[in-house]
Amino acid sequence: MKKQIALELKNICKYFPGKVIANKNVNLTLYKGEILSLLGENGSGKTTLMNMISGIYFPDEGKIFIDGEEVVIRSPKDAFKYKIGMIHQHFKLVDIFSAAENIVLGVNDGSRYNIKKVNSRVREIAERYGFDIDPKKKIYNMSVSEKQTVEIIKVLYRGADILILDEPTAVLTPQEIEKLFVILRKMKADGKSIIIITHKLNEVMEISDRVSILRKGEYIGTVETAETNPKELTEMMVGKKTDLKIERVKTDFDRPLLEIRDLVINKDDGSLAIDNASFYIRGGEILGVAGIAGCGQKELCEAIAGLRPIKSGLIMHKGENLIGLPPKVIIEKGVSMSFIPEDRLGMGLAPSFSITDNMMLKTYSEGRGPFVDRKSARARANALIEKLDIVTPSSETPVRRLSGGNVQKVLVGREIESAPNVIITAYPVRGLDINSSYVIYDILNEQKKKGTGILFIGEDLDVMLALCDKIIVICHGKIMGIVHAEKTTKEELGLMMTGSLDLTEEKKDKNYGIAKDSNLTEEEWKAEEEKQAEKENEDD
Amino acid sequence: MTNEKTIREPLFHISKRAPLSKGQVALIYLSAVVIALILSGFVCTLLFGANPFAALVGIFEGNFGTDSRIWWLLRDASLLLLVSLALAPAFRMKFWNLGGNGQIIMGALACYACMHYAYGQIPNVIMYILMITTSVGVGILWAIIPAVFKAKWNTNETLFTLMMNYIAMGLVNYATSKWSLQQTGKLEPINGAKLPEIGNKYILIILIAVAVTVFMFFYLKKSKHGFEVALVGESVNTARYVGINVKKTVIRTVLLSGAICGIVGLLFCGVVDGNVYEDTPQNMGFTAIMAVWFAQCNPLIMIISSFGIIFLSRGINHYQKNVLKLTNSAVSDMIVGFVYFIILCCEFFVVYKLQTRRNKRNFGFKDISEQIAGKGDGKPTAVEKEERNEGGNK
Repeated sequence: MKKQIALELKNICKYFPGKVIANKNVNLTLYKGEILSLLGENGSGKTTLMNMISGIYFPDEGKIFIDGEEVVIRSPKDAFKYKIGMIHQHFKLVDIFSAAENIVLGVNDGSRYNIKKVNSRVREIAERYGFDIDPKKKIYNMSVSEKQTVEIIKVLYRGADILILDEPTAVLTPQEIEKLFVILRKMKADGKSIIIITHKLNEVMEISDRVSILRKGEYIGTVETAETNPKELTEMMVGKKTDLKIERVKTDFDRPLLEIRDLVINKDDGSLAIDNASFYIRGGEILGVAGIAGCGQKELCEAIAGLRPIKSGLIMHKGENLIGLPPKVIIEKGVSMSFIPEDRLGMGLAPSFSITDNMMLKTYSEGRGPFVDRKSARARANALIEKLDIVTPSSETPVRRLSGGNVQKVLVGREIESAPNVIITAYPVRGLDINSSYVIYDILNEQKKKGTGILFIGEDLDVMLALCDKIIVICHGKIMGIVHAEKTTKEELGLMMTGSLDLTEEKKDKNYGIAKDSNLTEEEWKAEEEKQAEKENEDD
Repeated sequence: MTNEKTIREPLFHISKRAPLSKGQVALIYLSAVVIALILSGFVCTLLFGANPFAALVGIFEGNFGTDSRIWWLLRDASLLLLVSLALAPAFRMKFWNLGGNGQIIMGALACYACMHYAYGQIPNVIMYILMITTSVGVGILWAIIPAVFKAKWNTNETLFTLMMNYIAMGLVNYATSKWSLQQTGKLEPINGAKLPEIGNKYILIILIAVAVTVFMFFYLKKSKHGFEVALVGESVNTARYVGINVKKTVIRTVLLSGAICGIVGLLFCGVVDGNVYEDTPQNMGFTAIMAVWFAQCNPLIMIISSFGIIFLSRGINHYQKNVLKLTNSAVSDMIVGFVYFIILCCEFFVVYKLQTRRNKRNFGFKDISEQIAGKGDGKPTAVEKEERNEGGNK
């Protein structure tokens, strides 16, 4: 049987200001009842292309055909008319509405608003594809994966036949990904066409029928998944042969640099962020932290950097208590923290400042006199640009205008230049393409060799298994276990992340997460605890 | 199934443009001013049958017609520049100080109080020192109250500073009822107690404006404090993260803001009027917001924006009083509003551009597009590849 074409793109081009070519001559064919993976590094124009199909951008050149007929998609409304639905990376949901209310929002089918009818239709769709959802549940009570389900049902409710999913797996645990894939296969069997954007090659191999590859906005080609392998795909994506192995550098571990005991931290809303955590980082060690997004990672980083008051517990750096010290003093002690939030610009960088000004964020107050020393900062900025291959017109360009990878290089580069002895880094490769990610891993490994202790908070379990020496797994702020990366598996980590497996329960011994060769004797720890307790009493 | 397929492209769509050079931006603003003036001329013609060119002549006449008009222009432009300089650091920090008027009134009131009680009682020099210190001090006080509340309890500074204006006006009314000798509802000017003149009555104001401009330029652009101010404005989280004491920075910056407003109050009372009214600041606390906005907090550009605003409003005022023979300021307000509106609108064109169906290819890609159009297979040539790589890297 000849496959029917659902969607066809011909010579699509899109240019952005500043002579940036986001898409050029992209040809894409999507058949009915197939799953097509769209693969490409960051900045290769995947999202731009999908935005043009879903009516957010308008192509500068080229034609779009749906069911063989040429169409012009001028707005998301038009896209819906052609039964195209996009599930964005960042959910667009109203928090205080229920699932069904969010789903029906914006639907104008002429009939009166009847939430009961909507609820039953949502249930019907959910049953058909195997979603697990309560239409009456409010969004703010939902987990990330539930919110994603709402987004998917939202487009199905509108009758979409072509679904576009932009990095749907980035926020899910391995088990949730498996569930999502089951649903996608059901949709496929139902005749829907699905385009899925992802960075993860193993997922591409698992779920898709065909793979289309973009590189620097250009269409490279489409291959049948069954006839290719990850290595070939990477080559097509990057344009040259690359070695996909992350090196785990062997070092002699030093004594613990940072020791954390019984740490309890609250979130902004007063709920528990970190629940009684004890762990330590040695010099020359990369300690990974795995967990679903929003499980206390941010609060942990902020607490160590002195930005968030803690509830109780101790954070000892080389035997000195960091709690209560101002952020500046903690920086001066050599504890560097860099947190890459979802928008990638939030903490640690000032987006509209130049690279030079960002270089001196932490050092501007050094030196005498009332004026800042921009000259030496500029020299440092230029040195960094050269060393890390940062692509920028000049050192005076606002970092906001740099691409994601280059922004992160500026941030990580600056942190390392200050020669810290402990690096806390959260999501340093968030959204980076393969090449840039490897630059960052290399930088971290280099620091590790120098004897720096590194706390690496990451998303991609494969990367963490390859890069880290040990991995702490947290679930809702509780440590589920600390495992050697060499001895564990992704499945085990996944189970711990969701709270199904708790190694601390099994081992029950009291010294979990406590170093035998601590910088302090047990008596000294006791004394510090008492001191801390006294201080807290004073504050009250 | 849908029956109607949209196959027509939209007539135009909006897209972001590449950052323009400073010259191009200046050109856009300049043309906005010119367009605004021409349009205002036409509005005058429509409403009053007046000759549109006469309006332009009237504006120049009103500013440069006589020597004293030139001095008044310089005086008001300097005062507005000072108020703008006062607001700039606070705005840079995204602390929306709408209390300029109140801070000026309080400075002027403090100055008048010194003149009222001390004139003739103590040596003039001591009185001058008292006038200066109390004006600045009270200006600071009026600004710093909202700042402390903001720093400590995160109250909304916009409403707070705004309300402080009304309290200041109330206090002036109270002082009027208390100090006025003839109960005319106005205070009597104490001209004898004004600050000594150097050369001309207004040279002191101009000199102070120049000095504060230079100071503020270096303060905002080069100093460590200025760096902190900009960083707090950019992102409070990042500022905290690099160890800046945000509360301290907020209070210190607003203190500076209030101090300069206090000086303006001193100049209004101690140099210009010798008196204090409810509308002593001539609404400059709000007008200055426009000046700061146009100048994007850059002290040097504020010279131009303050001068331009005063030039326009003085000129139009003169025109309507002497040519149109109108007694209220409705026309001038309308035309000034018109000009502001068009200048603000042109900001849109600094950031965005309209692409129509026809010209969408012609924005720096003409050559590439033509090459593409010439080939059907879509395979790029070596030249194209090079160009693309350059582009893609940006």
